[in-house]
Order: sequence, then C-alpha cells, then structure tokens
Amino acid sequence: MTEPLLQVDGLTKRFGGVVAADAIALDIAAGECHAVIGPNGAGKTTLIGLLAGEIAPERGSIRFDGRDVTAVAVHRRSQLGLARSFQITSLFADFTALDNVALAVQARSGHSFQFWQDARRQAALREPALQALDAVGLAARADARVDRLSHGEQRQLEIAVALAGKPRLLLLDEPMAGLGADESARMVAMLRRLKGDVTMLLIEHDMETVFALADRITVLVYGRVIASGDPLAVRADAAVREAYLGEQDARHV
Amino acid sequence: MKAARKAFGVPLPASWFTPRAALPALVLVILGLVPVYAAATGDPFALTLFGRIEILSIAAVSLNLIMGYGGMASFGHAAYLGIGGYAVGILWKEGIASGFVQWPAAIAVSALFALVVGALSLRTRGVYFIMITLAFAQMVYYVAQGLDRYGGDDGMTIGGRSSFAGIVNLNNATQLYYLCFALLLASLFLVWRLVNSRFGLIIQGARSNERRLRAIGISPFRYKLVCFVIAGGLCGLSGALLANHTNFISPAMMYWTRSGDLMVMVILGGLGSLFGPLLGTVTYLLLEEALSRVTEYPGLFIGPALLLVAIFMHGGIEGLFGARRRD
Repeated sequence: MTEPLLQVDGLTKRFGGVVAADAIALDIAAGECHAVIGPNGAGKTTLIGLLAGEIAPERGSIRFDGRDVTAVAVHRRSQLGLARSFQITSLFADFTALDNVALAVQARSGHSFQFWQDARRQAALREPALQALDAVGLAARADARVDRLSHGEQRQLEIAVALAGKPRLLLLDEPMAGLGADESARMVAMLRRLKGDVTMLLIEHDMETVFALADRITVLVYGRVIASGDPLAVRADAAVREAYLGEQDARHV
Repeated sequence: MKAARKAFGVPLPASWFTPRAALPALVLVILGLVPVYAAATGDPFALTLFGRIEILSIAAVSLNLIMGYGGMASFGHAAYLGIGGYAVGILWKEGIASGFVQWPAAIAVSALFALVVGALSLRTRGVYFIMITLAFAQMVYYVAQGLDRYGGDDGMTIGGRSSFAGIVNLNNATQLYYLCFALLLASLFLVWRLVNSRFGLIIQGARSNERRLRAIGISPFRYKLVCFVIAGGLCGLSGALLANHTNFISPAMMYWTRSGDLMVMVILGGLGSLFGPLLGTVTYLLLEEALSRVTEYPGLFIGPALLLVAIFMHGGIEGLFGARRRD
C-alpha cells in the first residue's frame, strides 16, 4: 500500500485547561477529499492551525509526503505544497484580486530578490494567476481591489490564492462561512470540479455539503476523533448520532 | 500579458496618464526651473530653500519606501541623515575631500547601521518597533555629541565641499542644486522600480497581511531587512548632500524631532504613493518657511493642519487627486 499523503499521529494541543486536540490520528490519501466535522469548539480550526504550522503541538507527529513536518515553519510547509484557506477571510486587502493570486504564484517560483523588472508584466506570474481566477469564476473581477469585492467573491478569491501555488494538499477552513444559499451552491460546484485534481481536507459545518463532497469523514468532538470512515458509515455510527448529529437532526440527514 | 488578459476576458489597464500624475509633474518642472528664476532675479535664497527641499525629499522618499510601502514605521530615520553628513564631515576633517570616497562611505555606513538596527528591530512590531528605531537614533545622536574632535555638541563647519575631480563643481550653487535634483529624480525612479518588482510586491504584501504572506510560502523578515538597508543607504546619501548644502554638521541633524519631521512629510504627502513624499516635503518646508516669516511659533499652525490631514485626508495630498492607479 502506498503511503498516505498526510499522516497525522497522536497530535495533542491544550490551551490552558481546554484540550483542543487530543491524540488526533488522521490519514489522507492522495486525491482524496477528506472532511472534518464537529460541533462548535470541537477543535477543527485548531487542527488546521496545527497542520499549517501556525500552532505547535505538544505531542504527536505530522508527516506530509513522506517527510516529518511537525517542526517545519508555516512558510516552508506552504513551499512543500500545503496550502490553506482561512475561515475568516485573510487576503491582501489593498491589492487587486489578480495581484493577490499572482503573489501566491510568485511565492512558489523561487526567491523574490528581483528588484528591477515589473512583476505585473511577467507572463509567468500573471497567466497562471488569471487561470486560477478563472477557475473560481473571478476573472472578470481581476482588477478590483479586494476590499471592494463582495464577501462571496472574497471567499472565492481565498480558494484561487490557495490553488495558485499548485498545492499537493488544500486545507479548506469552512469555505462556505457566511455565504448565502446561491453563493454556497456555486462554491460547492467549484469544489466538486476541483475534486480528484487536488487532495483536500475540508472543514465544514454544513452537513449537506460534507455528504455531497467528501470521500471520507472524520468526526471531531472536544478535540477527539470519535469516528472516521466513508460517509455512509459515519452517518450510521451510533456515537456520531449521539454526540454530534443528535437524534433529531439525524432523522433529516 | 495582453493576450492572456483577452483570453480570460479581462479588460486592459487604463492609460498611465491621469490627473493624479499632473501635480507631481508640475512640482518637478518648477523645481527644475528654480535656478533660472534665481539667475533672473539674482536672489540666491530660492536655490538654498529649494535645494534643501530636494535633499529632504530624498530622505522622505527613502522613509516612504519602508514606512509607506513596507509598513515599517521607523521613528529614527534622521539617524541616517546624520550618519551620511558625519561621514562627509569626518572624512573632510581627516583630509579626504574626494566625493568619490565620501559619498560611497556615507551610503555604506548608513546601510550598515540600517542592517544592525533592522536585524534587531524588525523582529518586533508596532510600538516596540517604533521605540527601538528611536532608541538607536538617539544613541547615534549622543555619540555625535561626544565627538569633540568633530565639534561635539556645537557641530562643525566643513571647510570645503566634496570634490568630484572636476566633473561637477559643488562650490557652484547651480551645479550643486542640479545634482540634488538629478539624485531626487534618480531616487524616485529607483523606488518606482523597486516597489513594482517581485521584491516590492513582497514588501507591500508584508505591510498588508504578514499571516497571508507566510501562508503562501514567504517569510518576510529577509525581504524587510533588505528593504530597510536600501532605505538607510538612500537616506545616508541625502545626509551627504545636506552636509554639502549647509557646509555644516551637528548632532541636531539627527535629533528625534527631525525624524518626526520626516514622518510628517511622508504622511502629509500620502503614505505609500510614489510622489507623496515629494509633495509632502515641498508643502511642509514651504509652509514652515512662510509661517516663520509671520509668526514666531509656526508649529502652532502646522500642528492643527496636520491634525486635519490625519483626520480627513487619509491619502495625504497625493490622495486628493483622484483614485490611485491599479486601485
């Protein structure tokens, strides 16, 4: 059997008395769309922080692409192909949409100690950036400043920026957060198109989305994995029904 | 690029010539004509005043590079003016009058000082960054006060301007003026190229959102440090010019209020816009000059004026003239 792209083992992190990650184990195979669900405060965003490298774990290990990255800095993990989107939109707000994406392309194409050529005229940066914008349906807004984009457009741009670096693994932290029904549907359609091309770890609240997209689901409660498997198995799991979905909700899923 | 834009249905950018470009162009033309005016009226004062404006504009352009584009609010930028000036003065005193030695030395020592200050201060943020840069500048100020051989607290008159082997004669006021003018244009050109390069976009990304920058794979420290060093060297050049302009160096060149003046010029003109520091310096120094003729307390009027700028004009003077390109 080939080694999973991402292999998490015994990952533990406490904030004061709160256990945000309790010996989390998780495997993601290349090409898979893996969803992590859980109620508020389950430690989902902490998990993304640990995987991206913003939070240092107390115990446990993270292997990415056959390499131990537990102690590797955020920017190095990104260079290795671990890209993320933020739950609360985090972009270069005073840049144009295109500049945001082009900078992500630039970040993956060698060092940036180039002081003289106009970076906005370099086709090697602009063309892949336009492609990524086009992939999320934002090409027409390329020259708009980010702070003038709608919330939905900013969420799309988050994905475009993450895609622009040609990541091996995309960490998506609630990409649907704050979106209306139409925008959500568009985002789901877009993620479905990406599925298969890009390995994804998707953190999501919305059950419909999760069951529509994920190949496998991991359920997190109080920082602990209580179930992990394909959607049907997770849906049928008694512990999940009790702890997370709740009997009443379970009838609807 | 045009082909790619067409393929994705993205409109091409608008022409570069906008009303916004007109004001800086006008100011530069006027600066270029000052010696003509001075010759026609036989009034050398205009050359002195506007020469000073050009020199401090270079310092403001350099501060704008780190503060406006890079978000590094250095409150010790006058230190580089002082170091550049003292490099010229000290070398003159020790018998080295050649500008080919003095000016590179001014730039190199300033850049080196920036490397030390930056390496320590750029690991901190916000108020701490401001305090550390201020502390370093005050340290240099007190060192200069203690240099008795070079005038100590009173400063020192420099007996001769930098010599450039007959290529330019800085004792000729017009030649000195045009050299400052050319160097101002060169520094604007340098910053324009820098901020639009790959390097410049990283610097602006660091100002805008460091967390995002790390997430896309870039650790900003080295880029910010290099930017800080470039700005230090450029401001050191400005200091060398200032020493030649006044034939005088003193610790007052780098007192903390001078660093404050430079910040005010940059903010007044428009943070992070190419010509902002030029417009800010022209406005600030002319206002100071005009007010000092009618009142003993020009600060009494400049202070409230700044308050209004801070409250109502976020883009500074530059921001009054239409939207910025690429907005």
